[in-house]
Amino acid sequence: MSNATTQKFKGTPGQIRNARIERAGAIVIGAIALVWILANIIKSPEQFAQVTVLGLRNGLLYALIALGYTLVYGIIELINFAHGDLFMLGTLFSSYFLSVWLKQQNSSPTGWAAFAACLLLVMVFGAVINVLIERLAYRRLRNAPRLAPLITAVGMSFLLNFIGLKWNGSTPRQWPTVIPSFDVHIFGVRINMVTIILFFIGVPLLLGLNFIVNKTKQGKAMRATAQDKDAAALMGINVNKTIAFTFALGGAMAGAAGLFYQQAIGTTNYNLGFQLGLIAFTSAVLGGIGNLWGAVVGALLIGLIQGLNDGLPIALGQQWSQSVVFTILIIILVFKPAGLLGKVTTEKV
Amino acid sequence: MSTMLDVKNIEVAYGKIVAVKDVSLTVNKGEIVTLIGSNGAGKSTTLRTISGLIKPRSGEILFEGNRIDGVPGHDIVGMGICHSPEGRRIFPRMTVRENLELGAFLRNNKAEVAADFERVLTLFPRLKERVEQRAGTMSGGEQQMLAVSRALMGSPKLLLLDEPSMGLAPVLVEMIFETITKIREQGITILLIEQNANAALEVADRAYVLESGNVKMSGKATDLRKDDAVTKAYLGH
Repeated sequence: MSNATTQKFKGTPGQIRNARIERAGAIVIGAIALVWILANIIKSPEQFAQVTVLGLRNGLLYALIALGYTLVYGIIELINFAHGDLFMLGTLFSSYFLSVWLKQQNSSPTGWAAFAACLLLVMVFGAVINVLIERLAYRRLRNAPRLAPLITAVGMSFLLNFIGLKWNGSTPRQWPTVIPSFDVHIFGVRINMVTIILFFIGVPLLLGLNFIVNKTKQGKAMRATAQDKDAAALMGINVNKTIAFTFALGGAMAGAAGLFYQQAIGTTNYNLGFQLGLIAFTSAVLGGIGNLWGAVVGALLIGLIQGLNDGLPIALGQQWSQSVVFTILIIILVFKPAGLLGKVTTEKV
Repeated sequence: MSTMLDVKNIEVAYGKIVAVKDVSLTVNKGEIVTLIGSNGAGKSTTLRTISGLIKPRSGEILFEGNRIDGVPGHDIVGMGICHSPEGRRIFPRMTVRENLELGAFLRNNKAEVAADFERVLTLFPRLKERVEQRAGTMSGGEQQMLAVSRALMGSPKLLLLDEPSMGLAPVLVEMIFETITKIREQGITILLIEQNANAALEVADRAYVLESGNVKMSGKATDLRKDDAVTKAYLGH
């Protein structure tokens, strides 16, 4: 079979027709979105910019959590349902560390130092808990039928949830912030300090993670383990250690997200993990689960869509927020089942 | 000749299914030893046990005088046993270069690794044209060459080859066996599994015939080729 003929073959007539329908559908949906955005920009450009910044900030928060889902799924094909609850524990740890243990109630140099220390500690906290979960529960089930680790992950989620309930209490709690409360105005757009700090720390975290996975030896071990565990062991890679390291990375990101959320929103709740975890997991699927940049793109997109829908003058408004997000998720997955950046890989066996 | 690998009465089971009942074998330094036998005779399981992917239920494995049964697989590589597994098991979504680099995962001397990289590409010129190609998109024969090359990148004292000729066109089979001889000339000891018993016995010094988890026969490769029972069961002429 020559290459020339295989390249010219574009599918059966049915496949070609379906591809055309898909393309037409994508264009129609894209056009509707464009018209909606343009209408809003014309109506109120400042509000549009304001809402965009807010949406992207939330998207960045989602991205930090989504990476934990996508990393773990990438390496052991497990949806770690407990991950959202790990994030929730991160918010509680940050609250107690800053406000109760160190008694930092307002913005001051000691408060900022406490914030920096908290960032480090909450990342260690998230990493340690995630590694413990893997070590105690998931590792033993690695070769079990796939439903067993999945149900265990659901169980772990409840366990962490109840730890959060004991720790935080059953009602939402409001906490003071140690971040300066002044706003920066850029072209009439008001950006608060928390948002700026979130971008200046969150973006390097994402880049650093990408560097670890793609450029370091440890990252190479992760990618090899993800593809074939036995073959990785035959290369001299310690598979257990590599998987534990992956959980540690994901946990550290969730911990950092916990601190940022606690400082940006100020409210903690024991069931926060379910809400944000679901959104973050959705982001990971939307971007193509197992793909790092996919998770980031998916999360920013969802944050942005939510932000625009909640804050724009011509939109469905906050009560429709989840419906809009999931409608878009379904539409995108219908056209691209592997997610935005996910690839349907064809491999020779 | 000194004994490099000494497998003593190992028994290996997957759950309740006993795959290897009682296998003993030795490999001397500089030899090519082959295990022949039909499907399910326990050949691959024996190799997987030597490289630490499975622990034997009983018995001992000694490599250069040290016990290695029970040592995890990733530590055995560092001792100098590299394994080109059944079904190739290359990393399909990585390039040929990345696969070869992973073969040298435990080695820290960059100059030596670079020299070995050139050496395996000289051994398999086909791979040279494809260093930046994704391994999963190559043909079966090329993937096999990559699997062998990747094992060589670990700088093995003992190379375990599991069915390197499986599913290959006859001309490639011949080429693979020629390469095996070349690898031995570089001072690497080889333990080879083959269903293509004819070709295996041609390159090997000694052979073991496995049958349902036991060593049925062993001896010099030249003697086994003349043996009536072996001829009938495995050589087909």
